[in-house]
Parts: sequence; structure tokens; C-alpha cells
Amino acid sequence: MSLEAFNNRNVAEGDYFLVAIEEYPTTGWDKFKRVVKRTFKGELFVGLWVVLREMIRFDIHTVQYPQEKMPIGPRYRAVHQMKRLWESNTERCIGCGLCEKICISDCIRMDTKIDENSRKEVTEYTINLGRCIFCGYCAEVCPELAITHSGEYENASEQREHFIIYEDMLTPIDKMKAGKQLEFEGFGAITPHEDERVKKTPLAY
Amino acid sequence: MDSAYLIETIIKVVVILLIFSALAGIGTYFERKILAFMQRRLGPMNVGPYGLLQVAADGIKLFTKEDIIPTNVVTPIFKIAPVITAATAFMAAAAIPFLPPFEVFGYEVHPIVADVNIGILYVLGMMAVGFYGPLLGGMASANKFSLLSAARTAAVFISYEVVTGLSLLAPIMMVGSLSLIDFNEYQAGGIGDWIVWSQPVAFILFWISAFAETGRTPFHLIANDHEIIDGFGTEYSGMRWGLFFIGEYANMFFISFVIPLIFLGGYGDGSLFGALGLLGKMSFFFFFFLWTRAAWPDVRPDQLMWLCWKILMPIAVINVVITGFVMMF
Ligand code: SF4
Ligand code: SF4
Repeated sequence: MSLEAFNNRNVAEGDYFLVAIEEYPTTGWDKFKRVVKRTFKGELFVGLWVVLREMIRFDIHTVQYPQEKMPIGPRYRAVHQMKRLWESNTERCIGCGLCEKICISDCIRMDTKIDENSRKEVTEYTINLGRCIFCGYCAEVCPELAITHSGEYENASEQREHFIIYEDMLTPIDKMKAGKQLEFEGFGAITPHEDERVKKTPLAY
Repeated sequence: MDSAYLIETIIKVVVILLIFSALAGIGTYFERKILAFMQRRLGPMNVGPYGLLQVAADGIKLFTKEDIIPTNVVTPIFKIAPVITAATAFMAAAAIPFLPPFEVFGYEVHPIVADVNIGILYVLGMMAVGFYGPLLGGMASANKFSLLSAARTAAVFISYEVVTGLSLLAPIMMVGSLSLIDFNEYQAGGIGDWIVWSQPVAFILFWISAFAETGRTPFHLIANDHEIIDGFGTEYSGMRWGLFFIGEYANMFFISFVIPLIFLGGYGDGSLFGALGLLGKMSFFFFFFLWTRAAWPDVRPDQLMWLCWKILMPIAVINVVITGFVMMF
């Protein structure tokens, strides 16, 4: 199917037409005629038939939520995840602070220190999900593809402070070792055919 | 008055009370399910198999909820109003023959509490008194929406009693009695004898005003959720609100019994087949209440008055006059 129909923003053309609305009756006789017409036209029974037909067809659209779930798109932006490196299983986050800086609702808080190998290490990292608007900017800006969104939208706790700390977002090490970490396809991810679009850096100027 | 009669009557009263309060609960279940199916939903599914225990869950919830009496309400009236609705609904049941007479252990049982000779008048009168529930509850609530609802109740109350009475006048003239049992005997000869064939206009008028009597869509404007919150029920909570509900559904069941008894032959000759026939007709009319709720919009109060005074009442009067002339000659 072509995308033509969806891309055409010029709604003035095409299949739109004005609905014919009858003139409102002004004289008493006209009003009376309208009443009689409506009474014997049987419009009420059309309505009755429509709902009865749907009941007999029994074409139920309910999704019984906890047992059944609707599929969600791979780019769906739900609760964040912190990814690990495939090569070494260590955390991808380098503590650059870009996500904290760009977050428009100011809900990421982090702290870093220099560890014994003189590398930057993340000591504190929390996202206040109560403020997060799930815009995806943090995933977009992250240079390491460390912070991403995930499809996990079911959260419950009696404490809002539980949402959400670094350890909960980080891919568990055993899952990582089993090779089960999933890459996120949405915001910030590399588009699939990126290799063909890569150009040489123009060094001429 | 001998004691056997007294005991029999008390047993009948208790049985009717129990059956119809249970039916009122199950009626809400049917309503939800049928409305859901008509809107391509499933309705209650989680409590019990196919949601059957939803009724019990709602009952427990209503019984255990706090009974809030808001400040500024007129407390005694506020408290008594729901009782009026529920009590009058059940009192109306006293003159309705629910089934033909049958024998239990050689003892003949008449499934009617009291065969008073003004049966229909009594039933309709009681249902009309039931309107005092919404009216008083709405006025005592100290809430604008409840007050609006009370005003609408008064409007419906005054208008549709006229149509009910006038539309029934013609069949009453034909039968010559007000007892529902006499009505049934009059039509006992089979389908050809049904009053609906000789009084189709009265049948339709009475059916229309039955919707007003029970306050169902398309005349649901007494408690129209999308305009005036819950109308007279806005300030009520817990079991007091539940009583309004039981009253409404019991009324629906009783009027669904009354329509076939008057117009569609009732239980016919009194055989088992006739009894099942009455239950079948009752179910259809009850189903129709739910059906219209899924299909039809509500009318405005002014349209309701217009329909009553300018259309239905003249037709009812003309119907009575024509019936009189036909009977005279
Ligand atoms: S999704 Fe948006 S709001 Fe939420 S943490 Fe990321 S940048 Fe902040
Ligand atoms: S932008 Fe990425 S790498 Fe930088 S601090 Fe945030 S999560 Fe870590």
C-alpha cells in the first residue's frame, strides 16, 4: 500500500462533501408534518436493529488485560533501561552527564567519581519516573547507547521512591551472560540501513 | 381472618421480597452483560465464572460502605427517601399475579398477595408514590444537581401519570374490572383474545409511559449521568443509594409483569405453558428496557413534556372516546 493517502495533508480536496441538512420547519403545519414523518419512518427501529445485530454477531473486541496484552511497537517509550557492553559485560554508561543535562523535566540525578583506575565511575544514578514525561531525549542524546527505553509499562510499588534506581534499570549480569540483552530499536538507536548512508567525512575545508 | 390465610400471606410476602430483591441484583448483571454485548464488550468477567458473582461483590460493597449523611441536608427526609422508592416498588407487587394458581401438597396457592378489586389502580398508584423517593431525596440533598433532578421528577410524575391512566382507561372499560386477575380471565381464550389486538394504541401508549414510570432511557433524564451527575442519587452512598437501585430494578420487573398481564394475555388459561408464556413475555419486556438503553438517546425535559402533553395525551383521549363509542353501539 502506498503512503500517498496518509501523506496528503490537503484535506480540502478529495472525498469530503457537505451533509445535506433539511431546513428547519418554521410554521406549525411544517412542524406537524415533520413529527408525523419521523414517527412513521421507523428510525428508532434502525437503532434497535443495529445494536441487536452486533449482539448476535458477538464480535467482541475486549482485551482481557492481565491475561491478554496488546502488542506494543518496538519503539514504544516506557520505563528506562541501562544496557551493558556485549564485549566485556560492563556497564555502557561513561558518566558523561549528557542525559542529566538534556532532560527537560529535570528528573535524572547522577553523581560520579574517579575510580582507582582513573576512570570515571557512576556512583549515583536515579530517574524520578513521577516527573519523567518519557520524551526519549535521554536515550537520543546518550553517546554510548547506554540509557534506552524499554517496553516495560507495568510498575507497581507502595513507595514512589522505588522509581527508579540504577540497579533496577541495569541489565542483570546473569541475563547478560546468557546473551539475552535486547537492543532498543527506538530513540537513539542506529537505524538499520545506516551503513549504506555513511559518507566520508568531508575534510576538504 | 383465619391463621392459615395469615401464614400463607406472610410466606408469600417473604418469598416475593426475597425473589425480587435477588432479581433486582441479577437484573443489574443482565443489564451490564447485554449492554456490553451490544457494544461489542464482554462486561463483567472476573468475579466468578463469567462475572456471575459480580452481583454478590456489589452487594457486599454496598452493604459495608459508610453511610454518609452530608452536612446541610434535611436529615430525616434524606434518610427516608430511598426507603420510599424501594418500599413502594415492593408494595406495588402485592396486587400482581405472578403465576397462575398451582397446587403444593394438595393446597392451592394463588401467587398473588392480595387480589384487591382495584388491582391496577393500586399498582399504578404505588409506582407513582415511588416517585416521591427521587423527589424528596433530590430536594433534601442540598445539591443543585439533585434539585434539578427533583424538578424533573416532578415533571415526569405529573405528565406521565396522565398518559398511563388515560391509556389504561380504554382496556378497563372493555374488561369492566380493575383486578389483574379479571384482566387475565378476559383474555384466557388464547392469542386471538388478547387486548393488544383491540387496543393497540393503548398498548403502545402504556408501554411508552412504562419507560417514564421506571425512569429508563429514553426518559432517563431524572438521573442523567452526563448532565446532572446522578441526579437525586448524587449525595447518596452505600446502602441508601443501593435502595434506590433495588427500587428501580424491582419496578422494571413489576411493570414487565403488568404489561403482558393487561395487554398480552397474561398467563392465559393457567396451564404450565401459560405460566412459562408469562415469564417469557416478562423477560422480553425486561430485555426491551435494556435494549433501548443501548440503542436510543435520551430526550430533553422539554421534549418529554412536549411528547406527553401534545402527542400522547390527545391520542389517549381520542382512544378512550373511540372505545366508548364502539362499546356503545
Ligand atoms: S525520557 Fe525525557 S523526561 Fe524522561 S528521563 Fe529521559 S529526557 Fe528526562
Ligand atoms: S548520556 Fe548515557 S553515557 Fe552519558 S551519563 Fe547518561 S546514560 Fe551515561
